[in-house]
Amino acid sequence: MESNHLQRQIAYTRKSLFDQGFLDEQFIQLEDLEDDANPNFVEEVVTLFYRDSTRLILNIEQALEKSPLDFTKLDNYMHQFKGSSSSIGARKVKIECTQFREYCKAGNAEGCTRTFQQVKKEHAALRKKLEAYFQLVRQAGPAETASHSK
Amino acid sequence: MENGFSSPRTDAFPAGLRVLVVDDDPTWLKILEKMLKKCSYEVTTCCLARDALDMLRGKKDGFDIVISDVNMPDMDGFKLLEQVGLEMDLPVIMMSVDGETSRVMKGVQHGACDYLLKPVRMKELRNIWQHVFRKKIHEVKDIESHEGGPDEFDDGHLLSAGDTNLAKKRKDLENREHDDQEFSDPSAAKKVRVVWSVDLHQKFVNAVNQIGLDSEYQPGFLFNTLICIFIHKNISYFILCPSGDIWLSYLLFTTFSCHLNNACIEPLCVILLAEVGPKKILDLMNVPWLTRENVASHLQKYRLYLSRLQKQNEPKTSFGGIKLPDFSYKDPPGSFGLQSSTTMHQNNAANTNFGYSGNKILVQDVGSQIHGGDLEGIVSFLPAAEPKKALIGDVPDPQKTSSSSLMGTTHSLESLRPDVNYASFEFTIPRQHSWSGETPVKEQLKQEHEPYLLLGDGYTNPPLPIPHHIQVHRLRSVPSIYPRTSITERDKLGPIETRPLCTEYKSNHVTSISPVGRTVDLFSVQADSHIINPQAFEAISTITSSTKSRNFDQNCVNNLESVQQNIIPGSGSALLSSHGDVQLFSLQGCGYTENIGLQNIEFSDYNDSELVTELPSHLYDGLRFNCDYLDLMEYPTVDQGLFIA
Repeated sequence: MESNHLQRQIAYTRKSLFDQGFLDEQFIQLEDLEDDANPNFVEEVVTLFYRDSTRLILNIEQALEKSPLDFTKLDNYMHQFKGSSSSIGARKVKIECTQFREYCKAGNAEGCTRTFQQVKKEHAALRKKLEAYFQLVRQAGPAETASHSK
Repeated sequence: MENGFSSPRTDAFPAGLRVLVVDDDPTWLKILEKMLKKCSYEVTTCCLARDALDMLRGKKDGFDIVISDVNMPDMDGFKLLEQVGLEMDLPVIMMSVDGETSRVMKGVQHGACDYLLKPVRMKELRNIWQHVFRKKIHEVKDIESHEGGPDEFDDGHLLSAGDTNLAKKRKDLENREHDDQEFSDPSAAKKVRVVWSVDLHQKFVNAVNQIGLDSEYQPGFLFNTLICIFIHKNISYFILCPSGDIWLSYLLFTTFSCHLNNACIEPLCVILLAEVGPKKILDLMNVPWLTRENVASHLQKYRLYLSRLQKQNEPKTSFGGIKLPDFSYKDPPGSFGLQSSTTMHQNNAANTNFGYSGNKILVQDVGSQIHGGDLEGIVSFLPAAEPKKALIGDVPDPQKTSSSSLMGTTHSLESLRPDVNYASFEFTIPRQHSWSGETPVKEQLKQEHEPYLLLGDGYTNPPLPIPHHIQVHRLRSVPSIYPRTSITERDKLGPIETRPLCTEYKSNHVTSISPVGRTVDLFSVQADSHIINPQAFEAISTITSSTKSRNFDQNCVNNLESVQQNIIPGSGSALLSSHGDVQLFSLQGCGYTENIGLQNIEFSDYNDSELVTELPSHLYDGLRFNCDYLDLMEYPTVDQGLFIA
């Protein structure tokens, strides 16, 4: 059936997000929080995250344009960004963030710049995937979201 | 009923726990809110620390626990933590994505009851109620021990399991409330734990501000500055300027110097630092059931908090943020108290541990002799002109003081320039000060605790009459009172003359002791590095040090640094009279010399035997020294001038 098919598609998409390492356990925690009072909780959180993180990315970008680089500031920004990313379980993004911070501590400007590109890349990639995912979820309707199993 | 849980709850504790979450990350704020709601807690979110504080203050007892992120743009999470602890005494949980040991340790040091790592799990949040409960239990225990009544707990025990917690909590809250407001039982024997509610803390801050205002200066620093303005007829006149800072003291000094010049009196400059005392605060607060000890301990916390603020604000902690031109601290800021020990002859161990604690150095003044009464309580900066670093500009050796000691001071106001580095309160405390023999002082000094140089009773008193015992010594080699590190808590300083020196020293409390009154709150020097007012030390040192070699040790400086001094700006007279705290102290012969039980006292040779070696007892009053603080004492800052012979 359509709905079954949709459900399977949702389940499959979701699973692959985990299998491919885009998401980690935190995402599941968010799903657990979803209830009747907040049926779209996860999507709301993700939306909130992407709105806020865009601002953080901009900060970092601006800081990276300065010369010489203020590694402390960069580290602080990235710390913030990493914290935020951890809220939705953005695993790959977090990994790149950690790498970036390593370069910051080492004062490696080139490493920072390079890694930041990776951060942005992962950030954008996850966004696309999640958008697609939530689209399916919305399509399936509220009843379907409840069928998500932990 | 109990005001603890204002919202009616159908479930038993911990449901309905009122949590305030503070986090600048909106995503986390949303998630945490949801998670806490799932735990059946009552959640309030806040993304700015300031807003959180406003909320906490606005809704007295409106929250049970605070959860805060460590990294926030508008205010450091640790600062918020401290504030909440000071004002509201609520349990605070810190959160961060950073789990480094140092960070966690910092959190614990600042008083966090827990430190969670992000991403936070539900199960961790479910258990936060234990912190609330634990606190309640401790409070109840305090109350119980205080009141000795088993009643508080009986109900709890009798109730069924389900209700027990709730009932107990209610009781706790009730008791707490009761304790806060109705406890006026002067069972001094039992120390009931006082909960510093928002209101109470606000009263406290108001009182502190009031003192500061009285000093014509906004309090930022809780220290009094003692300045010896001049010496007249062998009497040194000091002013204790409450809530002053060095700079203001300097201003005060310069203001007075004009008067002095007009009166043909050579001004000196001595800076003594003392602190705003708990007694004064207590009086201003007008809370009947509150004791001075309560205020003193709270003051200590507050000072710590302020000093941390300062340290953050000023890379160099010069006197509480005052940057004096020639501030030459040997030790970079941040060192409380005497750090430097370089100059200190002795020990140093103490030095390092100075913190400031509400000590006050009260120098009592010798009021009557002051010119025009204005000078009462004028604290003059005694330039440490001395051999070591001239504290204040260069103070030429005044004729008055043969020795000099006082910090070299003397007299010339002119020589004191604004850029006198008070800062260097490194006043060179003349190590070498040797107290000119004041026997009595010496004897007193023998007492275990080092006397505070300044004792005065009360800063709270309005212009003090010249202490009887205090003699103003020309700034001669004022024997420096070197605090002996032997001061131990609660040691009383031997009265210099007849007065008992600081009275009991409360560990970590600096309360003014002294028979005279509250005032001199000597810094409780705590061996364990609790804060001792460096200022106090300085002051003391200043007062005591007088011999020529005043070298104020770094300690002094340090003290200054760490001491937030409030310098009273403006007219000395204003200062003097306006504050009870301003006191003129005439230190008597710094008789503190080695005799004083202070270990660290090194008395340099006092040249001036004229100096009255006896410090008025009230000078010592309130001097509480911890050994540590004694280092300060080494500095014969209070030298001759300080001592009123």
